[in-house]
Amino acid sequence: MASSPSGKPVLYSYFRSSCSWRVRIALALKGITYDQVPVNLLKDGGQQLTAEFQVVNPMQQVPALKIDGITLSQSLAIIEYLEETRPNPRLLPQDQKKRAQVRMISDHIVSGIQPLQNLAILQRVGEKKLEWAQHYITNGFQALEQILKHTAGRYCVGDEVSMADLCLVPQVYNAERYKVDLAPYPTITRINKALLELEAFQVSHPTKQPDTPAELRA
Amino acid sequence: MSAVLVKPVLYSYFRSSCSWRVRIALALKGITYDQVPVNLLKDGGQQLTAEFQVVNPMQQVPALKIDGITLSQSLAIIEYLEETRPNPRLLPQDQKKRAQVRMISDHIVSGIQPLQNLAILQRVGEKKLEWAQHYITNGFQALEQILKHTAGRYCVGDEVSMADLCLVPQVYNAERYKVDLAPYPTITRINKALLELEAFQVSHPTKQPDTPAELRA
Repeated sequence: MASSPSGKPVLYSYFRSSCSWRVRIALALKGITYDQVPVNLLKDGGQQLTAEFQVVNPMQQVPALKIDGITLSQSLAIIEYLEETRPNPRLLPQDQKKRAQVRMISDHIVSGIQPLQNLAILQRVGEKKLEWAQHYITNGFQALEQILKHTAGRYCVGDEVSMADLCLVPQVYNAERYKVDLAPYPTITRINKALLELEAFQVSHPTKQPDTPAELRA
Repeated sequence: MSAVLVKPVLYSYFRSSCSWRVRIALALKGITYDQVPVNLLKDGGQQLTAEFQVVNPMQQVPALKIDGITLSQSLAIIEYLEETRPNPRLLPQDQKKRAQVRMISDHIVSGIQPLQNLAILQRVGEKKLEWAQHYITNGFQALEQILKHTAGRYCVGDEVSMADLCLVPQVYNAERYKVDLAPYPTITRINKALLELEAFQVSHPTKQPDTPAELRA
């Protein structure tokens, strides 16, 4: 297994992948410096499908993180590992019930919305992909707005940034990209706006990555 | 809120793989609970009623009422059970192995099951068998590779973990959608070993209060 010459963690990422963005936010919040290897999901038929990348991650998806001598995939598994090994600042509350709410909201986005509108599935859906993406994001946001009314303070769960917030912002970005009307979701909108004011959510933004195309760069 | 100790209440559907994961966890940890069946097909889908929306705005099973709160999302529920009822453990102590357990669980729970669940297959319509087979096959090809690195007797090493709770229901779905499992010997071996355990049997779709008579074991 190749390791980075610097010994720093290595993140395999695509600028516009919401799953990659979640991990970029976590690394930024925890002040972890890392090297980034871009994996272009569209070019060359999809660089994630190469034999070379399959060695890195058999799931053939981004993100993947090489850290502490292992390679992890799945954004929430990566974030929970970072939380356990680099606990400050925390991304999961101490209170067990609030932790459960953070995981519940994260899982809702990560299992219940994003996979139903990611690049691979939209490629399979074909012509009706905009309608498909809008349907699943709308469904998911209707439920999420209800849940957040119960759990939210300044952020998704109470007043501290948590793993749920790392999932929310990239999903709102996708909603905007697929022209979903956000007027019915004032809590989601308010929280998203508050999070985007934080530096970690800005430096990790799709418009500011090493592989961001020139025409999309901020 | 009553001061009397009330049993947890699980909203479940016999054939929902997400519900089955939680049923296994409750069985493994020896937690007695009451079950409220939610039929995903009857009456246009009982999960879509206004009544159930109060229980879970996500309008999905499972949902678990426990310790005065209601939780949804099977892995969030299982992690809460793990933190509050830690024995026997479902996540290894070693941090890297814990990460592998979560990675495998997430792969199944985000990368396979939602792409072949009831709701999406209803939307896909005619080509749903091919659709389900495609996503399960894709997911199992990757999973077989990963398990070759992580597995012992079970998905990660030799102790039952949250990953195993996700594996068995997904193999059940694979069989249901006639996916050929011959290319996945590690998945098959682990699934067989897990089904010998009591917790995976008592929680099985063929043995639930809402299992239809013709499917009951």
